[in-house]
Amino acid sequence: MIINSRFFSRSELIGFATLALLLFVILPLSLDVFRLNLVAKYLTYAFVAIGLVLCWGYGGILSLGQGVFFGLGGYCMAMYLKLEASSVENTKIQSTPGIPDFMDWNQITALPFFWVPFKSLTFTLIAVIVVPTLLAFIIGAAMFKRRVGGVYFAIITQAIASVLTILIIGRQGYTGGVNGITDLRTLLGWDIRTDHAKYILYFVCCLFLLASMLVARFVSDSKLGRILVAVRDKEERVRFSGYDVANIKIFVFCFASALAAIGGAMFALQIGFMSPSFVGIVPSIEMVIFCAVGGRTSIVGAVFGTLLVNWAKTMFSEDFPQLWLFAMGGLFIAVVLAFPGGLAGIVSDYILPRLRRKRAALAPIDTASDPVAHTLPAAAE
Amino acid sequence: MSETDFLLALEGVTVSFDGFKAVNELNLYVDKGEMRVIIGPNGAGKTTVLDLICGRTKVSDGSIKFKNQEITGRKEQDIVRLGIGRKFQTPTIYEDLTTFENLELSLPRGRSVTGALFWKRTDEVIERVREVARMIFLEELLDRQAETLSHGQKQWLEIGMLLIQEPELLMLDEPVAGMSVSERARTAELLKEIIKNRSVIVIEHDMKFVESIASRVTVLHQGKVLAEGDMNAIQANPKVKEVYLGH
Repeated sequence: MIINSRFFSRSELIGFATLALLLFVILPLSLDVFRLNLVAKYLTYAFVAIGLVLCWGYGGILSLGQGVFFGLGGYCMAMYLKLEASSVENTKIQSTPGIPDFMDWNQITALPFFWVPFKSLTFTLIAVIVVPTLLAFIIGAAMFKRRVGGVYFAIITQAIASVLTILIIGRQGYTGGVNGITDLRTLLGWDIRTDHAKYILYFVCCLFLLASMLVARFVSDSKLGRILVAVRDKEERVRFSGYDVANIKIFVFCFASALAAIGGAMFALQIGFMSPSFVGIVPSIEMVIFCAVGGRTSIVGAVFGTLLVNWAKTMFSEDFPQLWLFAMGGLFIAVVLAFPGGLAGIVSDYILPRLRRKRAALAPIDTASDPVAHTLPAAAE
Repeated sequence: MSETDFLLALEGVTVSFDGFKAVNELNLYVDKGEMRVIIGPNGAGKTTVLDLICGRTKVSDGSIKFKNQEITGRKEQDIVRLGIGRKFQTPTIYEDLTTFENLELSLPRGRSVTGALFWKRTDEVIERVREVARMIFLEELLDRQAETLSHGQKQWLEIGMLLIQEPELLMLDEPVAGMSVSERARTAELLKEIIKNRSVIVIEHDMKFVESIASRVTVLHQGKVLAEGDMNAIQANPKVKEVYLGH
């Protein structure tokens, strides 16, 4: 019965468990630390993809600027790590010791005021979430209260991604410019560059990802998730059901941005740098493609999609570097035209019905009471 | 503006689209518990009047009062929360959700972001949804995705979604459009049930249907009230015959 709560239908539970097994057991055992670190990088994008599932897949709000929030989260983290790496002792050859190296190269002689609070880890951890979410709130409030939506919203988010990239590159002395913030070394004195640290950070990242998936599942399964579907479907009708559509859209946009920011911070920690190439238009669109390939209404699907596309990207660009962009474009077109539900759609529309038919043929009496048969239409939604 | 005892009072309401006055100096009063039918030829401004009341179209001039509160310029959702429900001409329901979910979302509770996040589907909620579903003949179809309902069932579902909001004023825009004869009869029955403890404004073209439900009829023509009165008086009115019924 759909009336009963359907928190985790069986097919979703299988997907979630498979993912956990893959991330915690299979990949760490079968990959060397270099490859595992690559997976860790992919997983940081998966945070963005989960946010897009709610924002785009459920709410129909296409943001082509999620790189902005990923980047801001990453920059906040990188600023803290950079300050820790720029102790007076480490930077004594600079003309102004104790400030990040790129500032010294740009003739800056004192730490800019907005860098100062990032000496504190507590402040940094709060800023990682709050700064991107606040920006999302401002953008969301400005757009959604004025009922700017659809393509216009997508274009504006894209423009913001472009603006932020230009700002970061242009203000080289404060941001590290096009190179970004590099040479991050330690977290509270703990060297994050060693293999051991990479393993630990990988597992921390996986835990955060699974926790984020559970929170996202809670949101999508609540009445808010159904309101989002209603907004995607008939925005105006939702207003006439007495809801303030703008507030609901602002919430989900902020939520997606906060998730993206966590991904960005994990990126800076694990990969050891942050640069504008993860902020702009191209990475933002790539993130939408990860989500679309995985299935834009499936949280588990989006994570698998992100892993798969990025793995393919790595494989392709190692062997045929110039072909990858064409392959990704083709993949996106194929998904949009042939499989709008993405990987998750393929599983729920083709594979699961076939399995069920097989099982029905084996045990014809049992299927009437099979709970999977009842919950599946809901899971496909 | 004057104080009124009416549930809804439109006074001197004008709206112009690029100079064209779709509604011109309109006065319309609806009593508590009244069933009002608005008829009129195409382009008379019937749907525009509903759009004005529910805040979808902004009033150029004049005043609209609901329970003696000025509601011009308020947001749609605020007007809904005051107790005005609106049904659209084409069935406007959430196709990707089930019948149950459509009704559940329309319950007038948990409308804030946090309210929706921590919404509990209590027995009381389920009972209320079932009760309304029974009234709109959809109790057996609660699990069905709304997209798969027939046209008539979608119309009923939308009426149900309004009903569960418990509005004091219900506005229906052509509720029997596209329905079969038997569906029409059931809808008339349903509407009679609905109006018992609230006011209703109905726009309808189907004169047989109007006769079966109306207590008071307003005829609109070119954005103005042409005539108002009970059904018999309206049908006998020569002006109405000329512009509308004679066609």
